[in-house]
Amino acid sequence: MTGRAFVFGDQIDTDLLAPGHLMKLDPDALASHCLEAIDPSFASSAREGDFVVAGVNFGLGSSREQAAISLKRLGIQAVIAKSFARIFWRNAINLGLPAITLAEAGEIAAGDRLSLDLAAGSMTNQTTARTFRFAPFPDHLTAMMRDGGLIAHLKRRSTDAQPETGAAA
Amino acid sequence: MAGAIAIKGRTLVEKIAAKASGRADARAGDLVTAEVDLCFAHDSSGPRRWAPMLAELGRGLWDPSKVVIASDHYVPAVDAESAAILSLTRRFAADHRVGHFYDMEGIGHMLLAERGLVRPGMLVAGGDSHTPMAGAFGAYAAGYGASDMAAIAATGRTWLQVPATIRIEWHGNLGHGVTAKDMMLFLCRKLGMDNAFRAVEFAGPTVEAMSMPERLVLTNMAAELGAETGVIAPDGVTFSWLRNAGAAVADKAEARAWASDPDADYEAIHRFDAGALEPMIALPHSPANSVPVGEAHGRAIDQAYIGACVGAKLEDLHMAARVLADQRIASGVRLLVAPASSRVTQAAAEDGTLATLMAAGATLMPSGCGACAGMGAGLLADGEVCISTTNRNFKGRMGHAGAEVYLGSPYSVAAAAVAGRIVDPRGYLGQRRAAA
Repeated sequence: MTGRAFVFGDQIDTDLLAPGHLMKLDPDALASHCLEAIDPSFASSAREGDFVVAGVNFGLGSSREQAAISLKRLGIQAVIAKSFARIFWRNAINLGLPAITLAEAGEIAAGDRLSLDLAAGSMTNQTTARTFRFAPFPDHLTAMMRDGGLIAHLKRRSTDAQPETGAAA
Repeated sequence: MAGAIAIKGRTLVEKIAAKASGRADARAGDLVTAEVDLCFAHDSSGPRRWAPMLAELGRGLWDPSKVVIASDHYVPAVDAESAAILSLTRRFAADHRVGHFYDMEGIGHMLLAERGLVRPGMLVAGGDSHTPMAGAFGAYAAGYGASDMAAIAATGRTWLQVPATIRIEWHGNLGHGVTAKDMMLFLCRKLGMDNAFRAVEFAGPTVEAMSMPERLVLTNMAAELGAETGVIAPDGVTFSWLRNAGAAVADKAEARAWASDPDADYEAIHRFDAGALEPMIALPHSPANSVPVGEAHGRAIDQAYIGACVGAKLEDLHMAARVLADQRIASGVRLLVAPASSRVTQAAAEDGTLATLMAAGATLMPSGCGACAGMGAGLLADGEVCISTTNRNFKGRMGHAGAEVYLGSPYSVAAAAVAGRIVDPRGYLGQRRAAA
């Protein structure tokens, strides 16, 4: 499924993604304010399958999972950034929203049409006819995302295990 | 066994990761499944989010005695929605027999420290990004979002990739009116905020000489550096604090072993001179936009805010009182003080600090995250300017996206309240408060 790129800069923080003073709202209402402080039209223009593309340290700040939930509710297929803040990255993949680290994220322009092949570890910019490779996720996280996220994974495996790293616990 | 052969020394987080994952050795980069020693969340990140996920899994808490819940974000309730969140949190704590439930007693991070719940060597998982604050006790304390936390609450386990450690050494004595907060604002600019998937370790003579409350500022703002955790090796200062918190460490030799080995493998070692540091102010809208106070001098303010886990401990109120003694805040400026816990409020009342702040014109606020997280009272209107002891000043965090928030130490915030504009606090440090 191809989608359009919405391009943002460096250091996009969780207060931009899910403003604190609106955190009481239900997820859809909160999502309608996602990134409005820097792009008032983003939430209303994003469509199912679109991408968010950004620079370094995407999702820094709060642990609020609503930052990732909001993007997912707006239909965002994946976030592609030069680097991610750790908690946002875990939150996103726990929801089954791929957070893909791509050094060449800066070569994607707003409105470019992108397609993603998660299993192959590649992203194609169809507008520029360029394909980029990214490091595959560790096996335990690929299995988790394939199950639909962390809670679905735990339910399906119905064990005490978190996504198993293969290391003894 | 690794002990039989000569191996390179380990960092503190590598030692804790090994213990938590039941391995003889765990090194930076290793993926491990770890057992959590303490699981913490608050009213915004905890029960309201956990309940549906636990129901989905058909599970309860793996070990209620290891779970800490603090209602601190929506306190006290200001509308029906926040009241409902607090009510749900209370019901959850009772239904699940949560071992440590604090209902409007202060900010969770402060309570973990104040009640002696964190011990050297622990792996602490918290549903809040400032969980690294607990690392000041020699713990590996990391923040997680709600799905991870619900899964940890249900299983007591999580996966982690052992982070490499950046060692930050401070040498020399901090100048008059220069604090741990200034060190961290300096580091946010110097090291940047994108140190994700790494640990930071604070060390050196300056850190060793610091009080526990000031050390907590360092590890709290490890979050602003983007670190997975911030750690400080436990020592006599740590043990003294824990003893006063009613949680004396019995085996100090064992506890002292929760420190990095001298030949540990660090990703980087930075050394800084505390004596050269000036009071620092972070300009809007990032802690990394910090400058020596002289470069922010003269900026007029509408509000001064003393609050949050990082900036409203008893020592922070003492710093503010030192500036505000026998002073009045400037006309047209409001000074809001939200002590980090009800015990802090009580202690500040008993030692005369609150009287000093009130006499200067401060407004006393409830103990909680308050305006810092944008969920409590004290928010800003479009175009308003605030200087704050909090740890973040992202656009829109403390109210309207058109507001501007500057960050500084309690000295800098109190001095700005008096002057009505940002000033060098070193000119405002009067006589020490008379002892109560």
